[in-house]
Amino acid sequence: MEQYTAWKAMIIAGEPASTWQKFYVYFYQAFLENDRWQQYLNGVVTTLYVTALALLLGIVLGIIVAVVRTAHDQQLPGRHNPFLGVLNAILKIYVTVIRGTPMMVQLLIMGFVVFASSRNYVMVGALTLGINSGAYTAEIIRGGLMAVDQGQMEAGRSLGLNYADTMRFIIVPQAIKAILPALGNEFIVLLKDTSLISVIGGKELLYAARGVVSRTYEAMYPFLGAAFIYLVLVMLFTWLLGIFERRLRASDRR
Amino acid sequence: MIDVKNLSKSFGKLEVLKNVTEHIDKGECVVLIGPSGSGKSTFLRCLNLLETPTEGEVIFEGVTITDPKTDINKMRQKMGMVFQHFHLFPNMTVLKNITLAPVRTGLMSKEQAEQKARELLRRVGLEDKANSYPAQLSGGQKQRIAIVRALCMEPDVMLFDEPTSALDPEMVGEVLDVMKQLAKQGMTMVVVTHEMGFAREVASRVMFLDGGVILEKGTPEEIFTRPKNERLRSFLAKVL
Repeated sequence: MEQYTAWKAMIIAGEPASTWQKFYVYFYQAFLENDRWQQYLNGVVTTLYVTALALLLGIVLGIIVAVVRTAHDQQLPGRHNPFLGVLNAILKIYVTVIRGTPMMVQLLIMGFVVFASSRNYVMVGALTLGINSGAYTAEIIRGGLMAVDQGQMEAGRSLGLNYADTMRFIIVPQAIKAILPALGNEFIVLLKDTSLISVIGGKELLYAARGVVSRTYEAMYPFLGAAFIYLVLVMLFTWLLGIFERRLRASDRR
Repeated sequence: MIDVKNLSKSFGKLEVLKNVTEHIDKGECVVLIGPSGSGKSTFLRCLNLLETPTEGEVIFEGVTITDPKTDINKMRQKMGMVFQHFHLFPNMTVLKNITLAPVRTGLMSKEQAEQKARELLRRVGLEDKANSYPAQLSGGQKQRIAIVRALCMEPDVMLFDEPTSALDPEMVGEVLDVMKQLAKQGMTMVVVTHEMGFAREVASRVMFLDGGVILEKGTPEEIFTRPKNERLRSFLAKVL
């Protein structure tokens, strides 16, 4: 602390300082002074919280959209369900609009137009990210469902199982295994996209870093620090996904 | 047992089945032969509505299954089907493959289904594979399991769609043996196959399809030794 004050005074006065001294001062200032690390930590907690909420919402939405759209497409000719037709049309519009507009624009609209009076920026952010992620997840899941051999559906149905049971026990488990890498990718994108909610005031990790920058007028360490934390988080989840994937592959072993 | 009335099926402009009328009795083993694209598989798949006929009716045990109001799942429970490419469920063990349908449709309890499955597995000589996954089995083993899976539903009729066409030659025998055994026990069977030996030995009736119509039908004796139709004669000359 005393060393920090002394060295900082040196740097401000323009006296020559060693690389170590500069590093020490800026690092201390960015992360340790006034217990700033707590702001980053709170940011990380919010980031993970938003990611978890958005992921959950995204997967639920994704499954609904994917199953409805697949069921609609797989109807026997002459046995079309009109309710399913309407639902399918609505969901198609949802996917088109969400995929057709930038994430940032969606956040600004949700934050400053739809929920303009809300102060709960984190929830608005999580909701927006979840709705956004749902559209992409839906297409990933739909792709997975369609990639399962048509013969699997025929085999299930020929045994007298109904459509829902065949989906649940035969098609979906195989689809999940196939889409896990793509889903992991979507998860990583989502985790990093939480940084966008700082534009509507969500106090996540990047918001904390920006706060420190505006107070210290030093950009490098807070932003590099934030980048490093994101990287560590992503690497951690990649590792966990790898373990999960290996477990799902148990039935492939010969 | 199965009545087919004026059955037609088109894929777009292509007419695969043209106004086929046929009757299959209980206990029969009907073998369908014919060149590829003749409509044999489509005919078979129309019997349990895996293909929806464009026109005509299929009546199974007195129920018109082509009627949209019929509960097709209930009817399919009584019609076992075996596919060319087995279509075992790769995400389940052999035992789960076999017991899934009888348990989920409420036909049997889990214990009953497992007991039945093990008994059937013993009959085809694969009782030691109950806990294996399909990826660990040979083609012949997979197909025998697929037959067991269909049999475990205690169906009234078994449909075979080229069950040996995807197998290594040395594995064809083991699958045909199981089918012969089944025919001997009086199971009603409809078989699409290129195994003329099987047709000659086991079939109670052989039908020759070409261009979406049944050109000739009769006992194996009539079809193979005294073929009347010119098209059938040239077909047999090529395959025998």
